[in-house]
Amino acid sequence: MNRVIARKVVPTYHQIFKLSRKQFCSDGAAKSSAAAASSQFNQESDANPSLTDNVQPYDIAIVGGGMVGMALACSLATTPLTKHLRVAIIDSSPALANKPCIKREDPPDPRVSTVTPATISFFKDTGAWQYVQQHRHAYFDKMQVWDYTSLGYTKYDARDVDKEVLGCVVENKVLHSSLLSRIEDTDFQKTIYHSRLTSMSLHPSSSSIVVDSTAPTEASYARGRLAKLELSDGNSLYAKLVVGSDGGKSQVRELAGFKTTGWKYSQNAVICTVEHSVENYCAWQRFLPAGPIALLPIGDKFSNIVWTMNPEESSDFKSVKEDDFVKAVNHALDYGYGPHPKSSLQGSAGMFSWLRGNVAILANESFEIPPKVVKLASERMAFPLSLMHANEYASKRVVLIGDAAHTVHPLAGQGVNLGFGDAFALSRIIAEGIAVGMDIGEVSLLKKYEAERKLANMTMMAILDGFQKAYSIDFGPLNILRAAAFHGAHFISPLKRSIISYASGEQRLPLFY
Amino acid sequence: MALKLPSKLRNQNLQITRYCNHHRLLAATRLFSDRPVSNLSTTDDSKIIIKNKPQTTTSSLKQHELAKFAAISDTWWDSEGPFKPLHVMNSTRIAFIRSALCRHFSKDPNCARPFEGLKIVDVGCGGGILSEPLARMGAAVTGVDAVEKNINVARLHADLDPETSTIEYCCTTAEKLVEEQRKFDAVIALEVIEHVAAPAEFCKSLAALAYPGGATVLSTINRSMKAYATAIVAAEYLLHWLPKGTHQWSSFLTPEELVLILQRASINVKEMAGFVYSPLTGRWSLSDDISVNFIAFGTKDGQ
Repeated sequence: MNRVIARKVVPTYHQIFKLSRKQFCSDGAAKSSAAAASSQFNQESDANPSLTDNVQPYDIAIVGGGMVGMALACSLATTPLTKHLRVAIIDSSPALANKPCIKREDPPDPRVSTVTPATISFFKDTGAWQYVQQHRHAYFDKMQVWDYTSLGYTKYDARDVDKEVLGCVVENKVLHSSLLSRIEDTDFQKTIYHSRLTSMSLHPSSSSIVVDSTAPTEASYARGRLAKLELSDGNSLYAKLVVGSDGGKSQVRELAGFKTTGWKYSQNAVICTVEHSVENYCAWQRFLPAGPIALLPIGDKFSNIVWTMNPEESSDFKSVKEDDFVKAVNHALDYGYGPHPKSSLQGSAGMFSWLRGNVAILANESFEIPPKVVKLASERMAFPLSLMHANEYASKRVVLIGDAAHTVHPLAGQGVNLGFGDAFALSRIIAEGIAVGMDIGEVSLLKKYEAERKLANMTMMAILDGFQKAYSIDFGPLNILRAAAFHGAHFISPLKRSIISYASGEQRLPLFY
Repeated sequence: MALKLPSKLRNQNLQITRYCNHHRLLAATRLFSDRPVSNLSTTDDSKIIIKNKPQTTTSSLKQHELAKFAAISDTWWDSEGPFKPLHVMNSTRIAFIRSALCRHFSKDPNCARPFEGLKIVDVGCGGGILSEPLARMGAAVTGVDAVEKNINVARLHADLDPETSTIEYCCTTAEKLVEEQRKFDAVIALEVIEHVAAPAEFCKSLAALAYPGGATVLSTINRSMKAYATAIVAAEYLLHWLPKGTHQWSSFLTPEELVLILQRASINVKEMAGFVYSPLTGRWSLSDDISVNFIAFGTKDGQ
């Protein structure tokens, strides 16, 4: 674990990472990869922001129109108190220029998100969920988690927490285009700049204060009432509030001078879509010596694979023949690395029986083997994993949401849900500020958002990081402890319930049931 | 939150004794007042009215003056600066005003500019900390303050945002506005009446500024032991957050007295709420506890 306190590094990641990182993790379309393609879309921008109208300041500039940025825009557009705001969205991704046509018969994209019930209800509140439902999506109500030592396994069922579902797996492009469709339903005043942010200034140097009554926007900027953004296509614009939703390598975060804390896991994730001969309805996760492998249902007999492994292994698995890869996946999800956990609940289960009370052992709580993978249905992508947390999310006129504020281990697919949580919390707090006539760039307002989300995000980050560490050591006694923890989680119903509740996005610490 | 008056007032004296030794932060925080310390009812020599448009910068002298006011303005409006407690409290008192006025004027509380079409006067506006939010909520705001410096700061700050540049700031007093026969839908005077020599006369002026059926909102500090302990002993003598003598305990009004003098000025108090400060969260909230800071909403007789 090389722990670094870094003020952001110049992007040196390689091509594959460029293509895959954000789409999977959470925060919207890859800006850097799309930069080259951006110029052709400049002319086609729907609102055609010209150099002449840029003196009219915006209320909010959202830098990064990925899933999280668009979730914020969608929430603002559908809230009575915020729907009048003038919003600029700055993103060079082609997904914002021409909405991609999503065909039902295409195999699912490997970039998917597991959205929690909390996120689903946010989407329903804004009216975007109806668009998700028009595309492929897969609810799951069961989850089985086990490990290679064969000592423990646990099954979660939505009914344990009186819920219909544990989550829903949706392709990122579906989430993104649903949010966009919902915004287009409204008469929200948004301007999309198909460009990249090159500079941001919040506090002009004192010597440059020039009071000139002919340019009120300039004067407001000079007094720190507006932020000024300059774009790669030569446009510049002013806004009362700049929202950085531009991903893990956030330009806004760097320009605002927010420091970050974080470390790299010496792990890569390989993601792809696979096909079964039968439909998969359960989410599966198995902890292997090098990291977890997850199999998530995505509908129509397809599943999504997220396989965490050593960087060397990942490049091997990316390049091996398809048949060999499918074999390796089936091996990893079945007998590979160790036998199945005992399907009967004897043995160590006995030592927990006193904790179970009179909860009946249900038939569906026995160990199951995931459905076999028959075919690879997409390209394989690999990207490195890291944990990063911005020390601050907000200062005067700048606020970070989503991956720009925090990236987590993709263990439980929580990254994007934390991002959506940020977006909706920020939208609500902006509405609260407007209700009492505040300037929405005021730091006191934005700090309310920071306080609320930091707690939620850091708790989840600590849980996921702890899980990752617990599983990165293969050491006999620890394996047994881990297995005991598994059994504990499986058999102590209230604990299990609160773990699911937390994983499904409810704001409660897991141990304070 | 807002409570029905009579029963609450009867319990008032009981409440006072219970809170004598409470946290000093409570009132000390609120005492960073945006009101001038000067006495509003004294006849002020100057009657300077600065109209909407800022002076364009023609001479170097004015440039210098503007730069000076800009510096003061920045401190006044720095929400992390010395006025932070006031900024924190502000949204709480605005929440009360918003809900009371929306109900009284049948405005939609779910819209961004519910006060559209209302003329509101902010008496003792200070740096404009209340006037600006009212303007953003759609009101046509007139801010008056007897201290010229405050008016200049407020004017300069409000001009930087098109939404607040419509505010009319005047260096004048409520009495003078009455002489000018100005009328408003709502008259608001927050944290002013405790600095006024003749509260009854002041209330009559406020009433005279409102249209019949118009609204009046006042906030002040209760003359309770708890208020004495926190607002005067703690804030002025122990913590030195305010100059000694900023507040005279004897000039504070109890809610009963305020209701009475407003009644004599033909304003009927309809709602009253207290502000309480939580040192844990650092936030103010509306409460039934009117033992220190309280706000009252009333309507003027007629129609």
